[in-house]
Amino acid sequence: MSNGTTPQSPPEADVTSRRWRLSLVWLVPLVAALVGLSMLIRAWQDAGPTVQVSFETASGLTPGQSQVKYRNVVIGEVSDIQLSGDNRNVLVTIELNHEAEAFTREDSRYWVVRPRIGTGGISGLDTLLSGDFIAADPGNSEQRTNRFEGLESPPPVTYGEPGKRFELKAQDLGSLDIGSPVYYRKVRVGQVVSYGLDKSGDGVDVVVFVNAPNDRFVTGDTRFWNASGIDIGVSADGLELDSESLISVLTGGIAFGTPEFSANREPAQAGTQFQLFNERGVALSPGKGPAQMIRMRFDQSLRGLKEGSPVELIGKEIGEVSRVTLDYDPASHTFPVVVDARVYPQLMGQAYGKLLSAIGEPVGGPSEVPLLFEELVSQGLRAEARTSNLLTGQLYVSLELYPNASKTEFNVAKRPIRIPTRPTSLEKLQEQLTRLVERLSNIPYESIARNMDGSLDALQQTLGQINRDVLPSAVDSLQGMDQVMAQMQSTLTTASDALDPDSPERARLGHALDEVERMSRSVRELTDYLRRHPEAMLRGRAAPARSELAP
Amino acid sequence: MTPPTADELGLRLCHHCRLACDATAQHCPRCNTWLHRRKHNSIARAWALMMTALILYIPANVLPIMHTSSFTGDSDTTILGSVVTLWLDGAWDIALIIFIASVGVPVTKFLVLGLLLLTVGRGSERSRRDRTRLYRGLELIGYWSMLDVFVAGLLVALVQFGALGSIEPRIGILYFGLVVVLTMLATMSFDPRLIWDTEPHHE
Repeated sequence: MSNGTTPQSPPEADVTSRRWRLSLVWLVPLVAALVGLSMLIRAWQDAGPTVQVSFETASGLTPGQSQVKYRNVVIGEVSDIQLSGDNRNVLVTIELNHEAEAFTREDSRYWVVRPRIGTGGISGLDTLLSGDFIAADPGNSEQRTNRFEGLESPPPVTYGEPGKRFELKAQDLGSLDIGSPVYYRKVRVGQVVSYGLDKSGDGVDVVVFVNAPNDRFVTGDTRFWNASGIDIGVSADGLELDSESLISVLTGGIAFGTPEFSANREPAQAGTQFQLFNERGVALSPGKGPAQMIRMRFDQSLRGLKEGSPVELIGKEIGEVSRVTLDYDPASHTFPVVVDARVYPQLMGQAYGKLLSAIGEPVGGPSEVPLLFEELVSQGLRAEARTSNLLTGQLYVSLELYPNASKTEFNVAKRPIRIPTRPTSLEKLQEQLTRLVERLSNIPYESIARNMDGSLDALQQTLGQINRDVLPSAVDSLQGMDQVMAQMQSTLTTASDALDPDSPERARLGHALDEVERMSRSVRELTDYLRRHPEAMLRGRAAPARSELAP
Repeated sequence: MTPPTADELGLRLCHHCRLACDATAQHCPRCNTWLHRRKHNSIARAWALMMTALILYIPANVLPIMHTSSFTGDSDTTILGSVVTLWLDGAWDIALIIFIASVGVPVTKFLVLGLLLLTVGRGSERSRRDRTRLYRGLELIGYWSMLDVFVAGLLVALVQFGALGSIEPRIGILYFGLVVVLTMLATMSFDPRLIWDTEPHHE
């Protein structure tokens, strides 16, 4: 305050320092501007291409929020959603990231991920809460575009996945869907990629994708079959239950395998066509060869025989019933059952060739099968409906040889081939039983009973007579005899007395008298016995009677 | 009309301890701080800091300030985006508060500071008292913009539920914080006495 000598010097210093500090301070906004600029440039560099994808609906998509993801990595964002000019579609503008440049390839695919219950489980569940997003799959094409047609359902297989596609021809789709699994030995190796009706509408073309390296198990001879659901079949073999896996039970699936007899073990080319069989057994059975229709006429009810019932030749299944119809015979007022069946003669195996060579027909001749059947019928081949399953009453047609069957006519020219029939074994059993019952009922039970009654009456009378008349008189006569004996004894005693005691006559007489005495005793016993047991006259003495005779 | 200025009385105010010192002294006799007649390089500094803040205000608004990840999905939030979302959700009051704190206050600061700097630079004499009042207001509201930064910091600290949901800060909040700090610094470097310094020139 008091020191005011140098008031001029500080302002000078102020001036110089102010200039220098001015530039330093302005560095701050400069740095900020540079940083901002660099960010701008980076953002501009990061900005990727913009593409436009058309979808049927924009449900779940929000501009500025919905993301575009590839392998769950965000590669872009929906920036705008507009209706297309004709109001048929929705045009979704996507701003892709810089590194997502590959997604402008012409064959890139875009689809909206929504919750789906698929074969691999439930997918897209997170979109329930987060909203749907667009998934993308970069293509391989060299051409670039920025307009795409979005897929309405996700493609099951993405580009670049190693594996092969195969085309399956099926009668119907069954419960298959895109993404349905493909199993090999119950291991999941692929999935259904697409399906569609074939051009004629007679069947369904199913395209499956089998992932590498398991695609090498698909060979030229591989058979595909529908493993959807559980196959519960009541067939001639009983109850059958077959399923591939729980998932395939729920969502359907395809399984494939190569039959044991297959010789072709070369992996099939991608795109090879196969037939999709309905069940495993059919798929893996050897080739049936051409079918031949046969017709049989049964004079009996064929309840339990229906389409698909097997036709067996000496126990070997060679075909199946294709139709069971009722016929009417006005002459006999009966309803014969006409059974048409497809037989596959080649299922006879070696027998087929040998039979043909036996009748001198070349394999592949025009009428080899009718001739073959002619030969067999002449040997006694007869069709018979047999019960295969007592529980379910299923029937099957059995072709058996009955060498002593009566001869029948066989017309080789007739189609379908007519096979003579013979009643079922059950039918025959029934017949025999009926005959037996008839015979039994023919027996004259009443007269037999009457006759027997009379005889028994007569027998009773006879026995009464014996009891009444014969027995008392016999006892009387025996008593008389006893008296005679006693008299004889007394006579002999007197005689013995009369005889000299030392004389041999006397001794003999004594012996004789003893004998007589024993005899008389026996007679007495006999009469006693008879008095007690008069029936002994007829039946003889009872065995334990000995002790009673003791006295 | 106006009372004499400190300069006219040969006095200088110590910036630090507010002691009125003799204008010829180099240092404050009490706290030994350098004495200046006015704040150093005030207008240039204020301009530079305000410009920086203005530049940084762009990324602060464009870039996301928060990243919310939950099972409903991930989302990045910008300041204005959150205001719009809140408004559309019906929480207009909260939207208004955030809007005022993050847009109203900084923009007001830019405008007021710009106005002050321009008028001081031109040596304007109009409504100096009001301008001083404006400056006081500017100082008062300065740190209220930090509301956004606090909200973001609080949310980031609280919402950490792992897979269920979590909030992470994003670079935008840093820029926004810098904007607030820089505007405060710019306000501080402005010397309101310059508003009145036009008088001697006028005379």
